[in-house]
Amino acid sequence: MIKRLSQSVREYKRDAILTPVLVVGEVIMDVLIPMLISNLIDYGINAGNMNYIYRVGFQLVLACLISLFFGAMAGRTAAKASAGFAKNLRQDMYYNVQNFAFSNIDKFSTPSIVTRLTTDVSNVQMSFQMIIRAAVRSPIMLVSALFMAFQVGGRMAFVYIAAIPVLGLGLYWIASSVYGIFKRAFQQYDRLNAVVQENVSGIRVVKSYVRENFEIEKFRGISADMNVDFSSAEKRLALNMPLMQGCMYSVMLCIYWFGSRMIIGGELTTGNLMSLVTYTMQVLMSLNMLSMIFVMIIMSRASAERITELLSETPDIHSPAATAVTEVRDGSITFKKVGFSYSGNAEKESLSGVDLEIRSGETIGIIGGTGSAKSTLVQLIPRLYDVTEGNIEVGGVDVREYDLETLRNSVAMVLQKNVLFSGTIASNLRWGDENATLEEMTEACKHAQADDFIQAFPDKYDSRIEQGGTNVSGGQKQRLCIARALLKKPKILILDDSTSAVDTKTDAMIRESLANDLADTTKIIVAQRISSIQEADRIIVLDEGRINGIGTHEELLASNEIYREVFQSQQKGGDEEDAANE
Amino acid sequence: MPQMNKKPGLKNLDKATFGRLMRYIFSRHGGKFVLVVVCIIITVVTNVANSLFLSTLIDQHISPMLASGSADFTGLSRAVGGMAMLYLVGVLAAYLYQRLMVSIGQGTLKEIRDEMFTHMQSLPIRYFDTHSHGSIMSHYTNDVDTLRQMISQSIPQVFSALITIVMVFCAMLYTSVYLTMFVLLTLAVIVFVSGKIGSNSARYFMRQQEAIGEVNGFIEEMIEGQKVVQVFCHEEQAKADFNEKNEALCEAMTSANTFANILMPVVGSLGNLQYVLIALLGGALAIAGIGGTTLGAVASFMTLSKSFNMPISNVSQQLNSIVMALAGASRIFALIDEQPEADEGNVTLVNAKFDQEDALTECAEETGLWAWKVPNKEDEGYHYVQLRGEVRFFDVDFGYNPDKIVLHDVTLYAEPGQKLAFVGATGAGKTTITNLINRFYDIADGKIRYDGININKIKKADLRRSLGIVLQDVSLFTGTIRENIRYGKLTATDEEVYAAAMLAGADSFIQLLPDGYDTVLTGGGAGLSQGQRQLLSIARAAVADPPVMILDEATSSIDTRTEKIVQQGMDSLMYGRTVFVIAHRLSTIQNSDVIMVLEQGRIIERGNHERLIAERGKYYQLYTGAFELD
Repeated sequence: MIKRLSQSVREYKRDAILTPVLVVGEVIMDVLIPMLISNLIDYGINAGNMNYIYRVGFQLVLACLISLFFGAMAGRTAAKASAGFAKNLRQDMYYNVQNFAFSNIDKFSTPSIVTRLTTDVSNVQMSFQMIIRAAVRSPIMLVSALFMAFQVGGRMAFVYIAAIPVLGLGLYWIASSVYGIFKRAFQQYDRLNAVVQENVSGIRVVKSYVRENFEIEKFRGISADMNVDFSSAEKRLALNMPLMQGCMYSVMLCIYWFGSRMIIGGELTTGNLMSLVTYTMQVLMSLNMLSMIFVMIIMSRASAERITELLSETPDIHSPAATAVTEVRDGSITFKKVGFSYSGNAEKESLSGVDLEIRSGETIGIIGGTGSAKSTLVQLIPRLYDVTEGNIEVGGVDVREYDLETLRNSVAMVLQKNVLFSGTIASNLRWGDENATLEEMTEACKHAQADDFIQAFPDKYDSRIEQGGTNVSGGQKQRLCIARALLKKPKILILDDSTSAVDTKTDAMIRESLANDLADTTKIIVAQRISSIQEADRIIVLDEGRINGIGTHEELLASNEIYREVFQSQQKGGDEEDAANE
Repeated sequence: MPQMNKKPGLKNLDKATFGRLMRYIFSRHGGKFVLVVVCIIITVVTNVANSLFLSTLIDQHISPMLASGSADFTGLSRAVGGMAMLYLVGVLAAYLYQRLMVSIGQGTLKEIRDEMFTHMQSLPIRYFDTHSHGSIMSHYTNDVDTLRQMISQSIPQVFSALITIVMVFCAMLYTSVYLTMFVLLTLAVIVFVSGKIGSNSARYFMRQQEAIGEVNGFIEEMIEGQKVVQVFCHEEQAKADFNEKNEALCEAMTSANTFANILMPVVGSLGNLQYVLIALLGGALAIAGIGGTTLGAVASFMTLSKSFNMPISNVSQQLNSIVMALAGASRIFALIDEQPEADEGNVTLVNAKFDQEDALTECAEETGLWAWKVPNKEDEGYHYVQLRGEVRFFDVDFGYNPDKIVLHDVTLYAEPGQKLAFVGATGAGKTTITNLINRFYDIADGKIRYDGININKIKKADLRRSLGIVLQDVSLFTGTIRENIRYGKLTATDEEVYAAAMLAGADSFIQLLPDGYDTVLTGGGAGLSQGQRQLLSIARAAVADPPVMILDEATSSIDTRTEKIVQQGMDSLMYGRTVFVIAHRLSTIQNSDVIMVLEQGRIIERGNHERLIAERGKYYQLYTGAFELD
């Protein structure tokens, strides 16, 4: 995990390494200062030697300034390194997500990817900064303070030898025992957030069923559990301070007691005693710091794990190597004994035994009930998912042999759950073709019957689109999405239930325009409305992942029971509808 | 919400929020809080005594003994022993105060969370419609998190720092007046410098917060649309856009953290410098013997000066988190201060039966018969009105904003057992009408009568219990399918749950799930298709068995064939009830008793299917596909 994460340090390696080096400089000065002061007192003040006082005084001021310089520099490099590390982590994760296949995205789920990219990164960033600054500082401080204590205090310093293991073990026990509790507490925290989330988005249901008190009880239960766990973890952490102080005071008492005797015995000077007291503080402070770092690392471990998971996820689908085919000959599609299951489990196949031959330029309609795998079938064509059985050919070549970008540029797909992005209408359309001119965009929009309403907007093609396209109606959004796909000038166009919010008349106009102007393009239309597909060259009826029937509207009406049922369900007094369309 | 209109200065707001927060904590944990302060004072005293002890040790014991050459350690051992006792007390006090802080801190957080949630449940729908879900969520996550930081760390640290500063200052004065004056001088420098850095840091932190918001927003939008990104091979462009924002964030973060990181070494080094200068000055004073300065006093003073600077740098370090926490606290208080839904109703809904004299009376058991219990105007008693499900609107006007009316002069009658349908474009006011019936919003003008009772007089909870509602966007809750259906009626037996699922046509797909009715739904039922979720939502309404139902695009995602299968169940569900239906698909509403066509908040046509077709108006156009609905 650490290896995986450390790959993201990259260009900030210099700062990441420089920080501890600078910190070492700072620490050395911090350790030197009490020693110099000890000399100042013993040989300067006690001896009344003003010259000595000036000289050492000068050295001391210098030491302070150097320490300041190192400290400030370390602060800067640490900030640079940690902010940079976080930036690279986000970048690496984001890049990896860009390579994800649909199945990878499904596996992680969108909110979870977002949390990993945001909250988890900042947790890890904090720990990283702590590590390069304090995790180096504390041990060095500890060692050098100990070293100096031995230098100054001689055998006096052995009191540390007794105190440090006690303190170290104590701190270790505290830090490691809270980990489990914290982990549980954070799970409670997730549960709590889930309840809030559900209540905020489902408030109408809560209020309609008058379940406010029920929800409040539920929330309070989790809130109380969380309180218990966090409290018990923090109470254990609260032992840190008295443990540390206890050790510190015991050491102090020993130093006072033995130190005084040694001064009187002539083994130690007053200045030495004072330095020892300062070193004691330094030793214990650094131990305390270490225990805090320890807790912090433990707490961010979960985040680091989640980030690593995302970083090491290998995309389920990638472009084949150098031999990839980079041209799609035509828009013909062949399904050969295709089977597919989302879980990879052959027993729960969503699609099985699909054999299908689609000629280039043909218009195909697909119809079937909820859960009949219509979307699944068409998503296999641009390789949004890979088949688990059989194969699919586009233009006579297995889709897995194409360069992925070539394939997807030739197969335009308008998804059922489609998204517009914040920006302008034009910037959204240019997703289809970066360099599209206004004329090209207008043409595509005319085909999609979107030009009229766009022209009615005050800013026309430069009109703002809010995040998620919330400021255009459902039907307008769908038409923009179709225009966006058309701009790709694809060989195959797939419309996955993409006109459900468009009225039947406009729907018919879109189809007519596509049929006339994109005659060479293979068109696959998935729909719930019979009227959307009835003039297709062939219609495929899907039922529970299998092809139930193929044929023209008339053929199916005569031979296919499901098709007839669907047709009848939409015909209740709907004869006028057909009349209007023809 | 007096703070909403005027925009108070940062300092102003902080003080008010801080005061309120402290009162909030104090009113609940006052006793503990006092104890904490006492404990902090004890620990500070111990620390100060520790600093002073070195002086005592040197001046009263070591130096005289050195001078006299005596080896009598009794005085020394008594002094050290006394110190040991004091230390023990200090350590115990430190432990006690830490523990108390945990229970104050966690306790307060729990109370704030609970209060927020409880209050949130009482807020009107308007609040949820006008605040983004993300921002409401962040009160429970970010804002509470910053508060945790502040309560458990900042507050005790600042307290102990303040007490330390006062005590140490006294001790310094007691030890040496001259040196104290010198310390004050250098202190001014330290405070000035750390203030400068601190304010810079705060500014950059604000910028960092903005940049974080920007990047997070981008990530959310793009990951949400990740599938589209891939379909359009837009990955490279997405990466480039991301890099730009990510780079900006990195820059802001570097500046903010640089200042924050520099603060400690700067204050620390200045402290060291001061320490050195005290040694020099004190040494000179001691040698010259000015003001009775002794070596021990200088030694103590040096330790004291360290204890003086430490709390100051601590406070400056806590400043950022206090500013952030107070901003969070003010947002939390804003939520708690939101006006709850007003409910002045006094009419309640009760189970009823007819007694021997055929008069309607209240009873405890479920009879399938409901009555409104209406207080009499003239006396203390009640009379009962049978719930029949008759809803009438008289000239109702309504606007989500008072200055933008969206419903004009709506008058409608729903007879008990009738099926009423609303048709019209998005924004025509269909859903708005149903929002008024269950009083998610209150009307601006006109009257609504429910079984002849003014709906403002009915207690909201009872009004809503009498209405079942199925919405287009289905909200399911984490838990089993069984629990989700039972949400409609918490006391429903398993049989009732199965019957409801059967009625809604949900039973067949539930049976196919790995654990059937005990399949656990997470993430709002993310594993189910929209159509399946709608079936569950219908089952939930069926188990509640309310006399009046509102179906707002309840079957929009169910394909027509399945809808046909469900239709039978739906029909039996609707039988004998007053039902309001909103549907896009005209086939869903064709058999309604009355269809109302809405346009821009007005009812422009009304009648049954045949009549409206015959009229050849808007409905006819819609029906023949000559007009678009979105």
